[in-house]
Amino acid sequence: MTQATADACEQITSKTEEFVRSDRMPHIWCPGCGIGTTVNCFTRAIEQCGVDLNKLAIVSGIGCTGRVAGYLNLDSFHTTHGRAIPFATGLKLSNPDLKVVLYSGDGDLIAIGGNHFIHAARRNLDITVICVNNFNYAMTGGQVAPTTPIDAIGTTAPYGVCERSFNLPFLADSCGAVYVARWTAFHVRQLTKAMVEAVNKRGFSFVEVITPCPTLYERRNRLGDGLARMEWYKENSVIKHDADTRECDIDFQGKIVCGKFVDKEDVPSLLQKRNQKTEELRVKGIACD
Amino acid sequence: MSAEQKGVLTGAHYLDGDHACSEGAIVAGCNFVAGYPITPSTEIVERIAWRFPATGGTFIQMEDEIASSITIQGAVWGGAKAMTVSSGPGISLMMEHIGFAAMTETPCVFVNVQRGGPSTGLPTLPAQADMMQARWGSHGDYEIIALSPNSPQECFDLVIEAFNFSEKYRSPVMFMMDESVGHMTEKVVIPTPDKIKTIPRKFTSKAPGDYKPYEVSSGLVPDMCKAGDGHRIHITGLTHDEKGYPVMNADCQEKLLTRIVGKIRDNVDDIAMYDEDEIEGADVVVISYGITSRISMKAIRAARQQGVKVGHIRLIVVWPFIENYVKKLAGKVKALVVPEINLGQVVLEVERCAAGQCKVVSVPHAGGAVHEPETITKAILEAVK
Repeated sequence: MTQATADACEQITSKTEEFVRSDRMPHIWCPGCGIGTTVNCFTRAIEQCGVDLNKLAIVSGIGCTGRVAGYLNLDSFHTTHGRAIPFATGLKLSNPDLKVVLYSGDGDLIAIGGNHFIHAARRNLDITVICVNNFNYAMTGGQVAPTTPIDAIGTTAPYGVCERSFNLPFLADSCGAVYVARWTAFHVRQLTKAMVEAVNKRGFSFVEVITPCPTLYERRNRLGDGLARMEWYKENSVIKHDADTRECDIDFQGKIVCGKFVDKEDVPSLLQKRNQKTEELRVKGIACD
Repeated sequence: MSAEQKGVLTGAHYLDGDHACSEGAIVAGCNFVAGYPITPSTEIVERIAWRFPATGGTFIQMEDEIASSITIQGAVWGGAKAMTVSSGPGISLMMEHIGFAAMTETPCVFVNVQRGGPSTGLPTLPAQADMMQARWGSHGDYEIIALSPNSPQECFDLVIEAFNFSEKYRSPVMFMMDESVGHMTEKVVIPTPDKIKTIPRKFTSKAPGDYKPYEVSSGLVPDMCKAGDGHRIHITGLTHDEKGYPVMNADCQEKLLTRIVGKIRDNVDDIAMYDEDEIEGADVVVISYGITSRISMKAIRAARQQGVKVGHIRLIVVWPFIENYVKKLAGKVKALVVPEINLGQVVLEVERCAAGQCKVVSVPHAGGAVHEPETITKAILEAVK
């Protein structure tokens, strides 16, 4: 390592540490796991956003990604399985000055929490949802998720999955999300930028990050280690901004469409609409001052 | 502290129990409600949705009861006083989050307007069959506080107590109404704010960096804070230490659960609320709660007219159970008679406390109606023999 590289590494480490609870290290994630990479991007993103860290709350559900909340030095809430979004709904509505970011996994957000996900998007609730998609339930040992590509193997589908998987950008888009992007753990700069945009967006913003789970999904499907997976993402990602989200399905070992797909302006967020309603009621003398 | 002026409809009203419960919650300082429609509790959230603009509260109808039961807890950590409202099927869905509230010590109120069950059961008819669910419904060891009003007036008065207990003990509180009380319309008097005692949240006075969300300075209840105050708290449903950090071992589990359970168990005398009537010298004592207490009063009068010395304990707080009181009482009477609109729930607790010192007679009712007073009178007359 050259001195310049070492200095750069040192600088990166010290910056990240500001945002991380070092007294909670070491973390639980496996070598080659992509979650840590996304957290690194997130710490850069919140730094770039210039948001007051005392006014930024992070909410997670249960699972490997669910542990993110516990490692970030912010007001952090590690809730129940699938229910991070409704918790965040209460937090944001009762304390609108907070920026509320959801950080959770595909199983948590989209399977058990799927109902809350679609309704939060429909409401255009003022939160950011970051979904780390590693194609399986990792914390419990590699079971299939609604995101596991058809024909891939998991412990609960040892002969391959017969169900179609969710296309998350399409799901978010069709339910009304005003910002939708997808990147992989390889695309750290693009991901960071997407996180900045999502956090600064008013309304329901959604970022999906495809990450490797070398211990379970990659190993069981014989897809190589974390590094091999980065190379695979590099070769097989197709960057297509503004792509029609209907065309963002992920097949087993198929191309991964990445980019910013949705970035709508002028759609009133839930809080904007509520504030407007309250103002109307105030004029009529119904709402209190 | 007395109630804030904003939102208190001082005066005499003609309200049903559901509407009275909404007004009581507002007076208690409740400024966040999440709910999902379900008979026979819907009128509570309807009134809240109608009234909240004038009181500065936030109501949101969630996509289901699971969501409602944790949305309120997000709101509490955002600084609100919050409740959710439901009935049997919805309360069953909320159970995990009653456990989450117990584990994270999040003060909040769960209103259950009980109807006949199990499953969809009797949506429009009364029952008191969720009493053991209220006590034990979520997994793991925890204690709960549960109140049982017997009139619209008490739906108003006692929901304020429910909020007060939730703040004092940093605990979820179950407000166990039933369909009869919820849909019964009677006179409800709302006092002037200065006559209403409300307990505000005890926020920490510590500076960021010094505060730990589960550290107790005195007693067993830690001070609260809210998100955005710079404390950078971590709250988890996992077993945790004083900082709120997960610690996966038996020592931490024991320390945490001993305190969480102890803060209720050690304060039964403070939490207990009950009415006593002619206990001294009684041969039989009826133990009742909720709507059944009113039927019992008629039954008891009839038995007294026949010369039986009958006393009456009306449980206002059902959980934690007044164990020591019932233990002593059981040593002085021939029988304890327990009518309830279920096939025998609180009677099990009475039997446990009586521990064979006297007869314990269950007067069950499967639900869908209240008891005929004669059924209870008959049970009293049989018991005294």
